[in-house]
Amino acid sequence: MSNTLGAEPADGHQSQGTPGAGNAAAAARPAPPPAATRRRRGRAKLRFEIAVLSGPAILVFLAFVIFPVALAAFYGFYRWHGYGPPTDWVGLNNYKLILTDPAFQQVLWHTGVILVLSLAVQGPLAIGLALLLNQRIRGRSAIRVLIFVPYVVSEVIVGTGWSLMLQSSGALNDLLRHLGLGFLQADWLSDPKLAIWTLLGIISWKYIGFAVILMLAGLQSIPEELSEAAQIDGASYWQIQRRITLPLLGPTIRIWAFLSIIGSLQLFDLVYIIWGPYVAGTAGTSTMAIYMVGQGRNAGNYGYGSAIAVVMFLISLVVALLYQRFLLRRDLQGAITEGAS
Amino acid sequence: MRARTADRPQKWGNPFTYFVALLFIGICVAPVLYIVLGGFRTNAQISTSPAGLPGPWVVSNYLNVLKSVTFWGEFANSLVVALASTVGTVLLGLMVSFVLARYDFRLKGAMYSLFAAGLMFPLVIAITPLYIVVKDLGLVDNLLGVIVPQIAFGLPMTVIILVPFLRAIPREIEEAAAIDGTGRLGFFFRMVVPLSRPGVVTVGILAFINSWNNYVLPLYVLNSQANFTLPLGVQAFSSQYSVDTAKVLAFTSLAMLPAMAFFAAFERKIVGGLTGAVKG
Repeated sequence: MSNTLGAEPADGHQSQGTPGAGNAAAAARPAPPPAATRRRRGRAKLRFEIAVLSGPAILVFLAFVIFPVALAAFYGFYRWHGYGPPTDWVGLNNYKLILTDPAFQQVLWHTGVILVLSLAVQGPLAIGLALLLNQRIRGRSAIRVLIFVPYVVSEVIVGTGWSLMLQSSGALNDLLRHLGLGFLQADWLSDPKLAIWTLLGIISWKYIGFAVILMLAGLQSIPEELSEAAQIDGASYWQIQRRITLPLLGPTIRIWAFLSIIGSLQLFDLVYIIWGPYVAGTAGTSTMAIYMVGQGRNAGNYGYGSAIAVVMFLISLVVALLYQRFLLRRDLQGAITEGAS
Repeated sequence: MRARTADRPQKWGNPFTYFVALLFIGICVAPVLYIVLGGFRTNAQISTSPAGLPGPWVVSNYLNVLKSVTFWGEFANSLVVALASTVGTVLLGLMVSFVLARYDFRLKGAMYSLFAAGLMFPLVIAITPLYIVVKDLGLVDNLLGVIVPQIAFGLPMTVIILVPFLRAIPREIEEAAAIDGTGRLGFFFRMVVPLSRPGVVTVGILAFINSWNNYVLPLYVLNSQANFTLPLGVQAFSSQYSVDTAKVLAFTSLAMLPAMAFFAAFERKIVGGLTGAVKG
């Protein structure tokens, strides 16, 4: 596989150069002896190098990422319960079923709510906090480490900890009672009206540190002279933030939003650990990925589960392509559609 | 200039800044602190006053976990899996990123797109067929069955972060190496690997933390407790001792310590690497 992918060199005179190399750079090399033989030998050597360097990664990637995903697409055409090879071909039936499955519509809705509200809550909050923390204050590096803590703690631990705190006899309700806010006590995890908000709270808590750190890094790459010049021209603090800082922070914000969208579409671990696939269904926190695993591994409808996986992938891909087409073009130089150039 | 800077709302903003920063840190850290402190309490304390401080402090929960063979076995499994995944991801990722950054060939764009599209394939989408692949290779309940897929799924992020780093290495260095008679591969090992160290460190830390925290893949692949990694261990422990909350909290605290220590040590590098990727 690596050979077919890695071995095709570009046309003759380009095969020597690296990306972006102009002719001037090529001419600066020591004068080649007989050009034709050198070029041919160079090309073979180049092929060999490309194959050796990229072969292992491509092989592992194809075998453990691409092939399983293709296999999921294949199983999606069968009614299959996971034993023996799939034989019961049902064509697009699984997909028709998805379109009319009320449970799927529900998880799609949950996923959408999580996606939109994650952006709406974490984005402005993270930008505000980053602007605030970007000032010269003491202990900045300690602050940066501490706000990253939730992001580093694993989903299992976050899930275990939060479910202990939020259960009806847990720490949060106890704290509310002690503070005289007893009327706010609630069944945070199992009340279907509340659970999705609880989930959103936990998600925001876990991932906002990452957003803040990313925004801080973006802010630090904005040259200070710009806001100093604006200050001399008499611009106010807010004018500077709105007209200079935020537009220059644009690429960082767009990349963060992209990562956040993909993460929301694929949310699994937290919900699985706190609610489990069955409770999540009744508590109203089930996501596409939870439903997929619930149908596949837990209910034994591997064909249907695989079809859901394919739909999830298609949704992610379409969202990513649209996002990149309209928003990300300048920032990532077409990472997904246009290749490394 | 200086006077103007002082004119900014920063003057009154300073105490406010500290207040917000402390509040934010409090919100970030409190739940983690709850887990750690909970391990120092007894179950009686936890059930009578779930939100209180330990009083008296009890260390037996922590000592019991530290003396347990299960914990250390799972710790060792996590360490082996994380180290092997990190080395594999970094090595394979660096090699293929080098090709993508500095060679020209017809399928380069397709190759890059393939890896970039990998960001759309989270492990969870492919988990069922992935399990079948792992099973067919005879790697079920084997740490290798976790390590190799983790390397594969770590490659997209690695490639996206490393390619800009590798492309930024000045051509002059490569030409100088060529004049000195160093081949491309020699150039790779002698110049590229050391020069791309910031990117490599970032990618390595991300791979390590991802592996340390990975839950879905071990959940599917590992089924005997002797092979469990810590996330599975935490879950098994918390369902086994569901009544013994204090013990669960102690176990959970100790399970999160290594990743946090590792992260605290390398925090600066992670941030640096992320900025590089964003600007690239």
